[in-house]
Amino acid sequence: MGRFDPYENNGGTCVAIAGTDYCVVAADTRLSVGYSILTRDHSKIAHLADKCVLASSGFQGDVKALQKNLSAKELVYEHNHNKKMSCPAMAQLLSNTLYYKRFFPYYAFNVLGGLDSQGKGCVFTYDAVGSYERTGYSAQGTGAALMMPVLDNQLKSPSPLLLPARDAVTPLSESDAVDLVKDVFASATERDIYTGDKVEIVVINRSGSHRECIELRKD
Amino acid sequence: MFRNQYDTDVTTWSPAGRLFQVEYAMEAVKQGSACVGLRSRTHAVLAAANKAASELSSHQRKVFRVADHAGVALAGLTADGRVLSRFLRSECINHAFVYDAPLPVSRLALRLADKAQVCTQRSWKRPYGVGLLVAGLDESGAHLYYNCPSGNYFEYQAFAIGSRSQAAKTFLERKFKGYDDYTPDQLIRDALSAIKETLQGEKLTSSNCTLAIVGRKDDGTVEPFEMIDAKRVQEIIDSMEAAEETPVAAAEPSSTQEEDKGTDAAPMDI
Repeated sequence: MGRFDPYENNGGTCVAIAGTDYCVVAADTRLSVGYSILTRDHSKIAHLADKCVLASSGFQGDVKALQKNLSAKELVYEHNHNKKMSCPAMAQLLSNTLYYKRFFPYYAFNVLGGLDSQGKGCVFTYDAVGSYERTGYSAQGTGAALMMPVLDNQLKSPSPLLLPARDAVTPLSESDAVDLVKDVFASATERDIYTGDKVEIVVINRSGSHRECIELRKD
Repeated sequence: MFRNQYDTDVTTWSPAGRLFQVEYAMEAVKQGSACVGLRSRTHAVLAAANKAASELSSHQRKVFRVADHAGVALAGLTADGRVLSRFLRSECINHAFVYDAPLPVSRLALRLADKAQVCTQRSWKRPYGVGLLVAGLDESGAHLYYNCPSGNYFEYQAFAIGSRSQAAKTFLERKFKGYDDYTPDQLIRDALSAIKETLQGEKLTSSNCTLAIVGRKDDGTVEPFEMIDAKRVQEIIDSMEAAEETPVAAAEPSSTQEEDKGTDAAPMDI
């Protein structure tokens, strides 16, 4: 008899792109185990606060627990500070929550996206134990290795040695960013067996958040 | 209250079967400034009279949101009340975490009562010196509970606690039978009128009262527990006073926000 394995990889990919006054967060909706599909319609995205959205791939059991944990902590913050958590505050909280379980980690690969207190788009990318960084864009999950090179090619700002310094957030318009997300998902779906079915795209901007679902290849 | 030899410890009974420390704790509630709560089938309203320690200071917070579906108003030692509010908030969050549903108001009141009871049966503790009006909305409708330092709690249609609350209770006793069908606006007006009774002559303004409401609208959407902001409270107070000035027979509230459904302006025609 093998030892009980507490982890399982349910596959899937998450992406976020930060713009000057918007943020796009997207994740596919396929939930897999091994070579099987458990469901084609599972959301990996959680709305933690007004302008703060978490997309997580990995073991969805841990992802669910992590989302519930963060929601509860956000509510405590609201009670104590009389306002909803900002995205950078949630970013730090997520890092601390992940590191808290450093020796039995949440098997969750997270991308946090939203607007910072100035209304600018922000994306935070994590590893499983809470190391994080604010970037202009990121992908995590089984298809990340297929998507990141494309995103780098389209969005990466030139070397910081160049003057004048360029902002990490992309100058792309909101609709261009959404189109780019659709394209990278379509590409990753071709070669990653765990990515496909549908992509759920959430756009956060000044007027709130907006959600759309685009069909992907189901094979 | 009289000093006697059985009131030193909360764990000492008097020969008459009373726990004096618990009764003294209930006195502390009577010293606090007034709070009023009332409910219809679908909405619950809490109102509190704000008392500032001096003209220079801010007034104490007496109404706390505990969850989207519930809140409390307190009278007595507000520090004790703050700690209990934090406890109630954490109970609601934990229940929602486990059951993915809001903690029913009756169980919220029960948790609070059990916590209060512990302090009446430990020699190293003292009872909480605060009475709480717990108002909330759950599947079975809107509810209002009063939690005592003794650990007792009762459900009420309408209630008032704190100093000069008897005046408010007398006012509420006259009308409470109709409250089930009251609109939220009517509940708010009666809550403000009840608070006004406790001010004894002092003018009611938005700066000396706090108002909060929670409920479910006719179309099923939930109005989460929230304080009504001072500007809106003042508008309601102004329209109440304007209605008072017109003759009783034509007592239609002149407020522009009113959309009275069916029943006419009951609060004003007495």
